[in-house]
Amino acid sequence: MTAPLDTTFDIRLTDTTLRDGSHAMSHKFTEEHVRSVVRALDDSRVEVIEVTHGDGLGGSSFNYGFSLTPELDLIKAAVDEAKQAKIAVLMLPGLGTIHDLNQAYDAGASVARIATHCTEADVSIQHFQHARKLGMETVGFLMLSHRVSPEELAKQARIMADAGCQCVYVVDSAGALILDDVSDRVSALVAELGQDAQVGFHGHQNMSFGVANSVFAVRAGAKQIDGTLMALGAGAGNSPTEVLAAAFDRLEIKTGVDIQGLMGAAEDIVKPFITRMPIMDRASIMQGYAGVYSSFLIHAERAAERYGVPAYRILEEVGKAGYVGGQEDMIVDVAVQLAAAK
Amino acid sequence: MAKKTAAIVGSGNIGTDLMFKIMRRAKNVEVKYMIGIDPASDGLARAKRLGITVSAEGVDWLLAREDKPDFVFECTSAKAHAANAPKYKAAGIHAIDLTPAAVGPYLAPVVNLDDLTDTMNVNMITCAGQATTPIVAAVSSVVPVDYAEIVASIASKSAGPGTRANVDEFTETTAKALEVVGGAKRGKAIIIINPVEPPMIMRNTIYCAIPAEAAEPGATQDAIRAAIDEAAAKIQDYVPGYSLRLEPQFDSAREDWGGQGRVGIWVQVKGAADYLPEYAGNLDIITAAATRTADLLSEKIDATLAAAGA
Repeated sequence: MTAPLDTTFDIRLTDTTLRDGSHAMSHKFTEEHVRSVVRALDDSRVEVIEVTHGDGLGGSSFNYGFSLTPELDLIKAAVDEAKQAKIAVLMLPGLGTIHDLNQAYDAGASVARIATHCTEADVSIQHFQHARKLGMETVGFLMLSHRVSPEELAKQARIMADAGCQCVYVVDSAGALILDDVSDRVSALVAELGQDAQVGFHGHQNMSFGVANSVFAVRAGAKQIDGTLMALGAGAGNSPTEVLAAAFDRLEIKTGVDIQGLMGAAEDIVKPFITRMPIMDRASIMQGYAGVYSSFLIHAERAAERYGVPAYRILEEVGKAGYVGGQEDMIVDVAVQLAAAK
Repeated sequence: MAKKTAAIVGSGNIGTDLMFKIMRRAKNVEVKYMIGIDPASDGLARAKRLGITVSAEGVDWLLAREDKPDFVFECTSAKAHAANAPKYKAAGIHAIDLTPAAVGPYLAPVVNLDDLTDTMNVNMITCAGQATTPIVAAVSSVVPVDYAEIVASIASKSAGPGTRANVDEFTETTAKALEVVGGAKRGKAIIIINPVEPPMIMRNTIYCAIPAEAAEPGATQDAIRAAIDEAAAKIQDYVPGYSLRLEPQFDSAREDWGGQGRVGIWVQVKGAADYLPEYAGNLDIITAAATRTADLLSEKIDATLAAAGA
C-alpha cells in the first residue's frame, strides 16, 4: 500500500547542515554556529535538525578529523535552542557505539539515524533495537546506494525495517545517482516496505542533481527528504534546504516550512561562517562520476597537497578500488602509490 | 618432549581454519578433538576425515573424556566461553579463547606473553587487535603514546554473523587492547566492512599520537621506524602474509592534534588460505596467533616441569 501520487504530498524536510556540513567545515562548528542555525531552522518550522560530527557519533578522530567542540556539547546546545524541532544524531556502526547513542539520548537527541554501507544493513540491527528501546524515532541510511540494484537495496531496507527502523533512506553519498536511478530505488523500497516503514532520500550536488533527484524521490513515494542550508556538506555539498523548500512549493508538494525564513537562514546565518564554499569542481565532479563517498574530498585534497598528486586522480583511484564510507585511511595509501608511480 | 594435545571447541570457519593451521604449522601441539554442536557441519566432517576424534555433543562430552587435552581453543561465542571457562579451569585445561569473552587477559603473543603470571585462560582479543596492538606496543616502547587509533577494513564475505551482530563488542574490545597491550593511554578502534568484488584483503591502519619532536626526522623517529619493523618481522614469523604497505608516515605536530605529531602505519594481512580464502586475513591472523600462543605456552609448561623435576 503506497500513497497515491496526487497533490496530497506531505513530506518532511530534515536539515543536516550541522552534520553533513561538518565535513565542509572540517568539523569546526562552534556552539554559537549551532545555536544560530538551530534557531533559524526552528523558526522556519523545520521539524528535524541533525547535529553530529560529519562521520556520526564518535567520528572525532585522526581518520576523519577531530571536532573543535565536543559533539555532545553541540547536541546539548541544539536541544536547548530548539523550541519545536527534534534533534537527530547520526551514527555509523563500526565507528560509533550504543554507548555513544546513549550519551546523545541523554543529551536530548530524539531521532537516531543509523547508517551502513548499502550492502551491510545487518550490522545495524542491535543499534535500531536499542534506539527503539530508548524511545527514539529511527531512520536508516543505506549509504552509496548507487552501488547496488534497486532490488538488492530493497532487501537491505527490509533488514533495517525489521530491526525497528521507521524510515529507510536511499542515500546518494557520492552524488552519483541521476533521476530515474533515484525513482527506481525509491520505488523498490516503497514496494518492499509498504506500511512497515517510510522511505527517504539524501542527495548530493556532485553532478548537480541533488534537488531534481529529490523531486523524483518524492514522486516515487519518498516521505522524508534531507537538505543543508547553502548546500553546506561533503563533496560539492547537499541538496540545499532552501532550494528544496522553494522547488517543492512550486510543485505544490507541501512541506510546511517557511521558505523565506530558510532563504534568510542560508544567506544571513550560514553563508557568513562558511570557510569553504561547496563547489562543483574537478575533484567533486569526479566523486559523482566515479561514485566516491563525498566526505573523502577534503581528505583527498590534503593528501594531494602533501604527496604532490592531483586530488581528482586520487578520487578516481579510490572509486576504482571500491572503497566505502569510513575508509578515509585508504586515501593516503592511494596517494603514496600514485606519487611513487609518477 | 611429546606434543601437547588440543581440543578445538566450535567447528565453524574459525575452528576449521585453526585445525588446519595447527596441523600444518604448530611445532608443539596437535589436535586430538574437535567439538561442535551441529553433526552436519563441514568442520566436523573434515576433522573426521583427518582422523581427529569428533563429537557434536558439546563441551560436556569433552570434559567427560578420561584422556583430557592440555589445551582447549574456544571458537564458539563470548557467551559460550563465559559458561565453559570455569569448567576448563576445574579440569586443569589451558584455555585459549578466540571469542571476545575476555575471561582471561588479552594476549598478543609477540607482546605480552612473558608478562602474564596466570596463563590458564588467555584471550586473543580480536583479529584487528592481533594485527595492531604489536605495532602500537612498538611505538610505545620508544615514545609515550597518548592516543592510538586503528581502522580495520575487512571483506564483507569474511565478516561472520558473530561479528555482524556484535560490532560494538569488536570495536570496544580492540580499543581497550590498544591500551592494555599496546600501551596507549587511550585507544579507539573503527571497523569497516567492504563488499567489493573481488574481496579486499584485510587492511589495518594504525595512527599513534607522538611527541612533536618524534614526528620530525632524527634519532627518535629512526628508533620508532626500527621498532615498527621489528614488530612486523616478529608477526611475519607466524603470519607470513602480514606486511607494511607503506613506509610509516610521520606528520608534524598540529594544533588540532593537541600540539602532538602523528605516525601512521598501513598494514595488509593476506591470509595463508589454510581453509578460508586469502582475503580473509582477519580470520587467519587470529588463528595463527592462537597457534603461536599454544606453541609458546607449551615451551613454558615444559620448562616449568623440567625446573620442578630438577
